[in-house]
Amino acid sequence: MAQVDTTTNAGQLLAAASGGRRRVGDRVFSNAAVIAAVTILALLAGVAIFLVAEGLPALTHSASELPDGKSFIDYAAPLAFGTVLAAAFAAILAVPLAVAAALFITHVAPRRVALTLGYLIDLLAAIPSIIYGLWGIFVLGPAAVPVMQWLEENLGFIPLFKGPASATGRTMFVAGLVLTVMILPIVSAVAREVFSQTPRKLQEGAQALGATRWETIRMTVLPFGKSSVISGAMLGLGRALGETMAVTIILSVSGIVTFNLISQANPSTIAANIALDFPESSGLAINTLIATGLVLFAITLVTNMAARMIIARQNRGE
Amino acid sequence: MAAISTPPGGALSGGGLLPNWAPYAVFLASTALVSAVLAAAGSFSIGLMLLFGVLVSCVGIYVWSRTVEGSRRAVDRTMTMAIAAAFALAMIPLASLLFEVIKRGVPGLSWEFLTEDARGVINGGGAAHALVGTLVITGVATVISVPIGIMAAIYLTEYGDGKLRRALTFFVDVMTGIPSIVAGLFAYALFELFLGPGIRLGVMGSAALALLMIPIVIRSAEEVLKIVPNHLREAAYALGTPKWKTITKIVLPTAFAGLVTGVMLAVARIIGETAPLLVTTGVIDSINSNPFQGRMQNLAVYAYSEYRSPGIDKAASYDRAWAAALLLIAIVMILNVVARMVYRRYKTEIR
Repeated sequence: MAQVDTTTNAGQLLAAASGGRRRVGDRVFSNAAVIAAVTILALLAGVAIFLVAEGLPALTHSASELPDGKSFIDYAAPLAFGTVLAAAFAAILAVPLAVAAALFITHVAPRRVALTLGYLIDLLAAIPSIIYGLWGIFVLGPAAVPVMQWLEENLGFIPLFKGPASATGRTMFVAGLVLTVMILPIVSAVAREVFSQTPRKLQEGAQALGATRWETIRMTVLPFGKSSVISGAMLGLGRALGETMAVTIILSVSGIVTFNLISQANPSTIAANIALDFPESSGLAINTLIATGLVLFAITLVTNMAARMIIARQNRGE
Repeated sequence: MAAISTPPGGALSGGGLLPNWAPYAVFLASTALVSAVLAAAGSFSIGLMLLFGVLVSCVGIYVWSRTVEGSRRAVDRTMTMAIAAAFALAMIPLASLLFEVIKRGVPGLSWEFLTEDARGVINGGGAAHALVGTLVITGVATVISVPIGIMAAIYLTEYGDGKLRRALTFFVDVMTGIPSIVAGLFAYALFELFLGPGIRLGVMGSAALALLMIPIVIRSAEEVLKIVPNHLREAAYALGTPKWKTITKIVLPTAFAGLVTGVMLAVARIIGETAPLLVTTGVIDSINSNPFQGRMQNLAVYAYSEYRSPGIDKAASYDRAWAAALLLIAIVMILNVVARMVYRRYKTEIR
């Protein structure tokens, strides 16, 4: 036992051996550390408890008293649908792009510039979401209008691109693209981390057998990083689910449920709906919005916990 | 690395080798070809040029490499080109965003914008109230989250063992994924319980931001405390120093630069938050520097409300929104750069 953790035990022994005053200091300090740790767990539990407490009235009151005269399920379901649709769209686009960007940084770019390139990708994560929103509505939206028209004309038979294409760019398509850019650095950071940890032995073995760079990547790097990439994708998905301002600004919402990505009528998302309605709401409407926030919290919590569990299992496996 | 992955052609079928400049030449040639075709068809645009340029290059390099080097090398070259193109694609939004924020933000910036509030001004005014609010709200959030975050990190690295440690590590990671709007709702629900409905205070925003900031502070503090070498602690114990003194006099000073850097990066992450403040601090036109009294404006919400409810002169409102965005991005960038400089300049050299 003493050999397992000499540092701690030596400290404790000395502290124990050397009289009252020091032991008081030690006790105070270690208690403070434990209190900080417990406070953080309590905080997380507190988030759930307060949201439940404030959201509960929306579930117990009858439909006629709630906003729009709908029951909570009817109110929240289209929002949950929009949330998942936008996030899934973003994750599907972001994951291959992020994996490729991570591969470029770890295995293609010259080592000298790799660090800088990684920093550039991280910079995408540092930009506040309100700025992504402004960029999306003023720059990307107008630029995407011809693309959406093209999609409607040529791929209109797919329900996603049924149209009629919006002329303003305030569509799920543009919101999804902005979310893609926003979650790209998260997915890419996880992928970069694991790709750079691919055992050299494996890579050099593949190369010694005559594998090309792509074959090395396909046969060693990608299989090694697979589960981390999946968890990174889920972290990105979690971020996209909860992203508020970019969607709030870009999307023109109408509360319908549709897979049509390019039309002017879009389902809203939970987060965007809260940001739009909360400042002008009062009474039971507030409780309803908090209850939808609770739904969002639950969805992201499950996503994130699953992602973290995959990472934890991966780390233990090594 | 490059030498290993491109061995003499004999190892792979085919025989010859493309020159080093082949990928660049193919890309330039393809882009030129695509531009010519697009111009002839009368539908030239930079986006289409790059899109089809990359696609044609991938095909071009595949065909060329396949005829000279064989199919495996051809796939390798095509995939390399596709990966590089994907990276470039990921960089386009960053470049466009920074360019647009600067281009559109500069016209709205002025001395008045930084020093005047918008009280009683029908259409115009400055953003000083938002700037003050941002500093106060973020400052209070930092004061809340730094002690608790660093103490928790000390717990994790110096004291923690068993279940509590494992639970904390796991839930801190989970906490980093809390949507910012949910943090805002939590702060609102907490304060509403004590102060009644419809409450809006600067400190509520700080509480929401602290919830977002704490896990970031813990993560970075834990990283730097972990790399303080054990022999420093052991030397202190050998001199009879109690554990708490070892931590406060040896471990923390050694890690100080890293701790400061971590806190600055955490501040940079939360200073641009909009959603949690939208539901907690409200909107106001005049300077309020008291977080415990009344509504408080901040830069991100200011940018949002200038966009959302523009004045009579829409263009001027949008200019102000962009100017606030530029200010915000400048603050974030400066914090990032200074944080890294602090670390490089003041980090303790440990052998």
